[in-house]
Amino acid sequence: MLGFGPMVRRALGAALLLATTALPAAAQQAPVDTLAAIRARGTLVCGVNTGLAGFAQPDSQGVWRGFDIDYCRSVAAAIFGDASKVRYVPTTAQSRFTALQSGEVDVLFRNTTWTLSRDTSLGLDFPAVNFYDGQGFMVKKSLGVTSATQLNGATICVQPGTTTEQNLTDWARASNIRFTPVVIERLEEVVAAYVAGRCDAYTTDASGLAATRSAQPTPADHVILPEVISKEPLGPAVRQGDARFADIVRWSHFALLVAEEMGITAANADAALASDARPEAQRLLGKSGDLGKMLGLDNAFALHIIKAVGNYGEVFARHLAPIGLQRARSPNALYLHGGLQYAPPFR
Amino acid sequence: MSQTTIDPRSLRPPPKRPIRLSWSDERVRGIFWQVVVVGIVGSIIWWLYSNTVHNLEVRRIATGFGFLNREAGLPIAESLIEYSPTNSYLRALLVGLLNTLKVAVVGIILATILGTIIGVARLSRNWVIAKLSAVYVEVIRDLPLLLQLLFWYALLQGLPGPRQALHPAEGVFLSNRGLKLPWIEWQGAHSLALLLFVAGLVATWLYRRQALAKQIADGNPRPVWHVALLTLVALPLAGWYALGAPFTPDIPALRGFNFQGGLTLSPEYFALLAGLVLYTAGFIAEIVRAGIQAVPKGQWEAAQALGLRPGTVLKQIVLPQALRVIVPPMTSQYLNITKNSSLAVAIGYQDIVSIANTTLNQTGQAIEGIAIIMLVYLSISLSISFFMNWYNARIALVER
Repeated sequence: MLGFGPMVRRALGAALLLATTALPAAAQQAPVDTLAAIRARGTLVCGVNTGLAGFAQPDSQGVWRGFDIDYCRSVAAAIFGDASKVRYVPTTAQSRFTALQSGEVDVLFRNTTWTLSRDTSLGLDFPAVNFYDGQGFMVKKSLGVTSATQLNGATICVQPGTTTEQNLTDWARASNIRFTPVVIERLEEVVAAYVAGRCDAYTTDASGLAATRSAQPTPADHVILPEVISKEPLGPAVRQGDARFADIVRWSHFALLVAEEMGITAANADAALASDARPEAQRLLGKSGDLGKMLGLDNAFALHIIKAVGNYGEVFARHLAPIGLQRARSPNALYLHGGLQYAPPFR
Repeated sequence: MSQTTIDPRSLRPPPKRPIRLSWSDERVRGIFWQVVVVGIVGSIIWWLYSNTVHNLEVRRIATGFGFLNREAGLPIAESLIEYSPTNSYLRALLVGLLNTLKVAVVGIILATILGTIIGVARLSRNWVIAKLSAVYVEVIRDLPLLLQLLFWYALLQGLPGPRQALHPAEGVFLSNRGLKLPWIEWQGAHSLALLLFVAGLVATWLYRRQALAKQIADGNPRPVWHVALLTLVALPLAGWYALGAPFTPDIPALRGFNFQGGLTLSPEYFALLAGLVLYTAGFIAEIVRAGIQAVPKGQWEAAQALGLRPGTVLKQIVLPQALRVIVPPMTSQYLNITKNSSLAVAIGYQDIVSIANTTLNQTGQAIEGIAIIMLVYLSISLSISFFMNWYNARIALVER
């Protein structure tokens, strides 16, 4: 211990008093106009998964590809007319919200479930739902299990830090099932533990199960059980308090849906611009009206999006169909086909 | 030193000099600089704090520790106390803390034993033993701990599944679900016996201290074993018997997917413990070797010349001197075990970091979650430090 005399102690007290009164609050104001910040920077900073087949994963050339990546590209196309003006920031389940809150990323496209507590207490907004998911189970075929109700007493592998753990315990309580959890943080490790037989079952969102199953040497050795134990509406997240930017993200998604409804694709977009006589198609592509300007964007923002990534169906077919996700008769079908994907009108 | 004559004038307090408010006064300058330094540090801390609070408010992010009483809903595989997902976050964090302590305490004890054996073995006159321990130390110290943990975990996952489990003895099963051992159904009588055993340890230690003090006074050694036998074996047994001597064996058996009943040593716990112990033992071995070699050869020779037996030489002459060199660096190894146990998150052992991480994710209150983790490690580390410093002061060379 340092031996402070009474004089020094009094001096320390005075200094602390000085420190707490003399300086004015130097607190920083949160940036409110995200769109202006993105324009000034020249790129959209997009928070994505660290690597999930079908959603966001770098290919062999190191180029990010996936469903979420195309959404990042569509927002960049809406703002700049150039889908390549995106910088991808891989975020873990733990770091994603902090990255968004602190302004490190402009928008999250990272398989994030929209829940009430996230919407309110995290200072976030969820502009849209671009994929309706639900939590399921995968087991090895050799186990002979055909339903999740047969999992009583099983050991279940689960990743921490998401809604997955809570859904699992809620479901187990409701259906009176006892299980032993094995909670491993990294996706690769938790899948390795499941494959090695440390667990009888692996649980995560059905989309994640499909991605993991398709990545196995023989996917047919694994079965995804029919039960879906939760609602997982996945979608983009933005900071609360910037409604204009939230609108841009929301209507970029709707533009993809409306384009599919109207049969406009990446290939025929230019032809549709020249010859499509339907009024809504003309408004969507920016030929008539000023819907884009109302969003603070180029009037042809939807045209840029469609030319860069195609419509919703094309994005889904390109990334999610190959990992084995069904669209027909799922909530992700267009409302025209009995699904939940529905966009308000462009007018 | 106390025999030298003291000039009585030096015992008088120095004359008091009034403080002049002048730059040329050394004390005034001293106070000025202290005020400046403390002021700068204080304002940085205050600025960080107020900035954080303000920004959290602006972004409408919830703050505070109110979430601790909310239902946790997170599953925990192994726990020393009763826990279910309906319990609060506070209880879940407590389970995590106990899991951290479980691995840290057992790890420190095992690493100390193994490290001491290897350290002594490295000084062995037997060439093979000396070289083997040298190779062990060099290899284990050079590999990153995380890699070793993943290696042990992968190795344990290579064991057969529960339906093909290795079955070396009745009630013992080894599979990729862990090691299952027969156990007893724990009742109040067992808790009483355990309590009496701990009390017996304290009593034996106190008795031994007194016996030693008497031996120093009159030179006659006094046996301790009969007190130890009484307090460590007879009393706990009597307590257990007094409460009806309950004994119901709990033998694990394969039912459905897993073994039910019995005592479980999970692969996660075992991999973490093995990794920490083997890694840290490599460092402790070197500390022990250095400590023994720091005792001058003359001390050995002088003790032998007095006719003391080799065991007594080691116990009474060499070890007390070696410990003075060993204890301070040992403290940092103990701290390392505790802190390195946070790597548990990589192999799925649910320690405090794992559970606090999930908590901060489910509640979104990252700052509070991180603060809890830091507070826990700080408290554990400070406790170890205080204990080791006390022990170090106790064995320090007392100059007479």
